[in-house]
Amino acid sequence: MSTSTSQQTGIRTAAGDTVEMTYAEAVRAALAEEMRRDPSVFLLGEDIGIYGGAFAVTRGLFEEFGEERVRDTPISEQAIAGAAIGAALTGMRPVAEIQFSDFMALTMDQLVNQAAKIRYMFGGKAMVPLVLRAPLGSGTGAAAQHSQSQEAWFAHVPGLKVVLPATPADAKGLLISAIRDDNPVVFLEHKLLYRYKGAVPQREYTIPLGKAEVKREGTDLSIIAWSIMVPRALAAAERLAREGIEVEIVDPRTLRPFDEETILASVRKTGHVLIVHEAVQMGGFGGEVAARIAASEAFNYLDAPIRRLAGADTPIPYSPILERAAVPQEDDIYAAALRLVREGI
Amino acid sequence: MTLPTPSSPQEQNADAESAASLSRHASLGDLGEDFHPDELRQILGTMLRIRAFEEKVDELFMQGAVHGTTHLSIGEEAVPAGALSALRPDDYITSTHRGHGHCIAKGANLDLMMAELLGRETGYCRGRGGSMHIADVDTGNLGANGVVGGGIPIATGVGLSIILRHTEQVCLCFFGDGASNEGTFHEAINMASIWNLPVIFLCENNQYGMSMSVQRATHVHSLADRAGAYGIPGFSLDGNNVFAVRQAVREAAERARAGHGPTLIEAITYRYKGHSKSDQNRYRTRDEIADWKQHDPIEQLSRYLEKRGLLTSEQIEQERMQAYADIEDAYAYAQASPEPKVEALLEGVYA
Repeated sequence: MSTSTSQQTGIRTAAGDTVEMTYAEAVRAALAEEMRRDPSVFLLGEDIGIYGGAFAVTRGLFEEFGEERVRDTPISEQAIAGAAIGAALTGMRPVAEIQFSDFMALTMDQLVNQAAKIRYMFGGKAMVPLVLRAPLGSGTGAAAQHSQSQEAWFAHVPGLKVVLPATPADAKGLLISAIRDDNPVVFLEHKLLYRYKGAVPQREYTIPLGKAEVKREGTDLSIIAWSIMVPRALAAAERLAREGIEVEIVDPRTLRPFDEETILASVRKTGHVLIVHEAVQMGGFGGEVAARIAASEAFNYLDAPIRRLAGADTPIPYSPILERAAVPQEDDIYAAALRLVREGI
Repeated sequence: MTLPTPSSPQEQNADAESAASLSRHASLGDLGEDFHPDELRQILGTMLRIRAFEEKVDELFMQGAVHGTTHLSIGEEAVPAGALSALRPDDYITSTHRGHGHCIAKGANLDLMMAELLGRETGYCRGRGGSMHIADVDTGNLGANGVVGGGIPIATGVGLSIILRHTEQVCLCFFGDGASNEGTFHEAINMASIWNLPVIFLCENNQYGMSMSVQRATHVHSLADRAGAYGIPGFSLDGNNVFAVRQAVREAAERARAGHGPTLIEAITYRYKGHSKSDQNRYRTRDEIADWKQHDPIEQLSRYLEKRGLLTSEQIEQERMQAYADIEDAYAYAQASPEPKVEALLEGVYA
């Protein structure tokens, strides 16, 4: 394994000082480390205790930290979010798990009208340092009410931060930053990524919120992708490389705050942009990314229109064939990228 | 006074009836035996300042001197004054859109409150919040709330924080009869109950959720009956009787600090003014309002103090004059305060 240093994060990974772990394990490691470090950090959510969470993310934490700090709640999403706010306002750093991001709809008043606005409404004199973690995304056959990608909902709200890690290393470093952040953070974990493995630094590290990362360098096309679309874009990029097309992949990692500069730098370099996300295209965050590029001087470097590849305009269906067709897959990214570079559309 | 035991719904119902009749027909009776006279004077002063503040705000809105809207609690002053007199300074409150009284009873600075209503930089929220969002987190006032029922889960979270920090504080959660029909009421009180959190859920039943009467909006005899659904004590009492409110909150706070969990208290009261400034009172009669004014909480307390020889009518008048003078001072302070700077528009969105 070679040594590489990420300019954005400063994380140096080399043989010997990383450990291989899954995305779920990385999230768990971040929770455990922060709970050991800071007694004000505690967890609450449905079935996160002895059960270990619907996706087993918190497994083992109940045994280490006990029922006071790994707190099973009734099925009461409004109260989970509200309790996190009340605790955060009075000196704690709660990390609440919402079992599926779809159920964030049930928390929206507490999250949007309360958590996000409290600091501003109170004249900047209060802090709401909480994290709301939730698994999002399709691919598990759970159909329309357990498969959405709603990052754009949250990114539309001033006062919230929105994080979507794509790798185990990012999941751990970003979650630690989210917990230490003094603002409410929505931390969206793709449920298909939970089993993905990757190298995670062994030493303590954090990744700042608001820093994009170039996941792959290239010269012909910039793919802006986040969450599950990062590994899919990386796989497509390997195939495109065999066609002589070198793709650069930029993962913003956080949509709020949003690192525009790293994306614009990539656009200037390649002259082609494909924005890929799983969420429905209409009103999706890709539109914001496209607008930012179009409104910048980087627009002058474009050799082709800005393209978006995103979820179909439909709830996520149950049938495996339809479910796959509803969101971008590796083949779709490959085809869209090839067309954009070869045909300019 | 003797509070009913929370043993059976029947007892709660009976008590609710007596409380409701008390608020309309009885005087304060002998409920103030355990008070020091200075404390009584202070409680009266709090109630007077709440009324004076709200009358001034009403006047300013009538004149168009303040923009936006406001929700007045004139007639309900005994609830916050009695409740906060039973708590420690380091206890917390969560408040509502009708929250000026809660704020004042919690000890807020009138100058900073009035400056906030006038949208000034010197206001509690630097003019960013206005009437519906006054807060002073440093003193345990966790804020008014523009969403009905929005503060109830937050209070549960404060209770959770208190037990995790082992501070033996309590959180007093104000909400109205309207909020008791929100989903947050159910989720948050249930959660506080299962974890025995030190939260006092204090329902100010002022008879109307905007225009809908509590009789039309619910089918329970007393909102305190709902405590039974969460396995917690529930009491219904005369919210215009400052001693009854104080006693119930004091006992609830003792239970909470002893680790015995939350209490639901329904304080039956009445708002004289409309829901907000757009209200034309089409859903109730003038007679009904006039009838409730016969049992005004401030008048009742004043009469009691005078009758007991604890304060002379001159001293009461002095308190009243002082309250109104304080409000005029606050208004002068607010008027002299600077507006926020437009360049600071984005300040405070993020920490």
